[in-house]
Amino acid sequence: MTGWLLLMATGLLATIAVALWRIARGPERADRMMSAQLIGTGGIAIILLLAVAGEDWAMLDVAIVLALLAAVSIIAFAKSVRRVGTGDPEDDDHHD
Amino acid sequence: MSLAFNTLLSLIIVAVAAAAILGRQAFMAVVFFIAYGLLIALAWLRLEATNVALAEAAIGAGLTGILLLVAWTRLRALEAPAPSPPHRLLQVLAGAGAGAVTLGLLAAISQLPAVPGLQRDVAEHLPVTGTDNPVTAVLLNFRTWDTLLETLVLLAALVGAWTLTRDEDWPGRAGRRHRVLPDGVLAQFGRVLPPVALVVGAYLVWVGGYQPGGAFQGGTVLAAAWIVAVMTGHLPAPRVDDRWMRMAVLIGPTFFLLVGLAGLVVGAFLYIPPGFAKPVLMAIEATLAVAIAATLAMLVFGAPEQGESS
Amino acid sequence: MIDGLTILLTALGLGFFAVGSLGLVRFPDTASRLHALTKADNLGLGLVALGVALQAPGVVEVIKLVLVWALALFSAGVAAQLIGRVAARRP
Repeated sequence: MTGWLLLMATGLLATIAVALWRIARGPERADRMMSAQLIGTGGIAIILLLAVAGEDWAMLDVAIVLALLAAVSIIAFAKSVRRVGTGDPEDDDHHD
Repeated sequence: MSLAFNTLLSLIIVAVAAAAILGRQAFMAVVFFIAYGLLIALAWLRLEATNVALAEAAIGAGLTGILLLVAWTRLRALEAPAPSPPHRLLQVLAGAGAGAVTLGLLAAISQLPAVPGLQRDVAEHLPVTGTDNPVTAVLLNFRTWDTLLETLVLLAALVGAWTLTRDEDWPGRAGRRHRVLPDGVLAQFGRVLPPVALVVGAYLVWVGGYQPGGAFQGGTVLAAAWIVAVMTGHLPAPRVDDRWMRMAVLIGPTFFLLVGLAGLVVGAFLYIPPGFAKPVLMAIEATLAVAIAATLAMLVFGAPEQGESS
Repeated sequence: MIDGLTILLTALGLGFFAVGSLGLVRFPDTASRLHALTKADNLGLGLVALGVALQAPGVVEVIKLVLVWALALFSAGVAAQLIGRVAARRP
């Protein structure tokens, strides 16, 4: 079981590595941030597998923190689309 | 299988680190930095350092990433010109210095005593420290001095950030007012996320007494709760002369110093008598968490800027 | 039996992740890549979380796993909306 889980984790690591290419390639900033999002989700999955493999269930807290802060990072990114950085990307009436 | 995972992870980490530093575009470098933080957190988990992994995920990948994104946005708004690349000689010297440090670290690590190192000593003296988490015991009891200084460094960083304010903007609201569609996605996010973050943050501070967690990790998550509430327009950014905010920022270092001075009376600076260790440590953790949350959030909000008339 | 299910679910999860990554790399524009990311990855995470939950030692761990997945889903949905908006602003 441990071996299998680590095999899955290694596979996930490989899929994360693929996403890294997209960070470099772009071409949009949204593409780059999306790849970071993928790495975050993949990282959470890896942590879940490691928690079982290592029988260290305290690792789940790391996964929760990752999920939370990935969400906040997306908000910070969404804010960065406007010049001023305080608007709402859905707000079509105000263009800064 | 374990070796395969570790090797792949190490290779990816080095690749991401190189990409973050060598990239020409600032935004790409920021995203690579966030990815780097996530991968380092995974590396810490592989090294069985869950406490550090928690801190890395929260502060390294999470909060610093947010800080960099906000800073990037501001730099672009200011239309700051890209700095000219450093002199070739400086680049060579820096590269040589980095290489020397790496070799030195490798040499030092290869000479580390085999497990368990100091683990036995810590475990032996754990009962008198007032906590069951050996990392917390080291941070807040055996090496309290270091943690106290870290707290003061954080405070100094905030003050340093504030000194960048122009005279005419001081004192005012930190950063700018955020405007958000009241029924939009961002606003909805800001209604759901902060309560969850608050609970998780409080939980992390509490649980640090006997399993991975603690003031730094919990405080960072609490800071994230406040940051989300402000960025989604549900709370106004605080004024830099706001009394409550300043009290929150100062309560951590102040209480810590008081504990240290009280220790002087009983024995030595920062001496924590075993009988009182548990409540004192919990009090330090709680006040530290509040201070870290306030300080980190204020750092992300930034210095007061022009155009804020409140 | 339980172990067999865990193996199956985590393998499926990895499969979905791989598909998501493939989409991120191969799809022609930002919006379509967003589809790959949001749907495939979060389904993959859900499958992995389910597989891991079968091995959990207690209720607290299962609750934490549910929390992780719920958070990831929620933030992925929001992220898709916001990133989609950001991408749509580009001509």
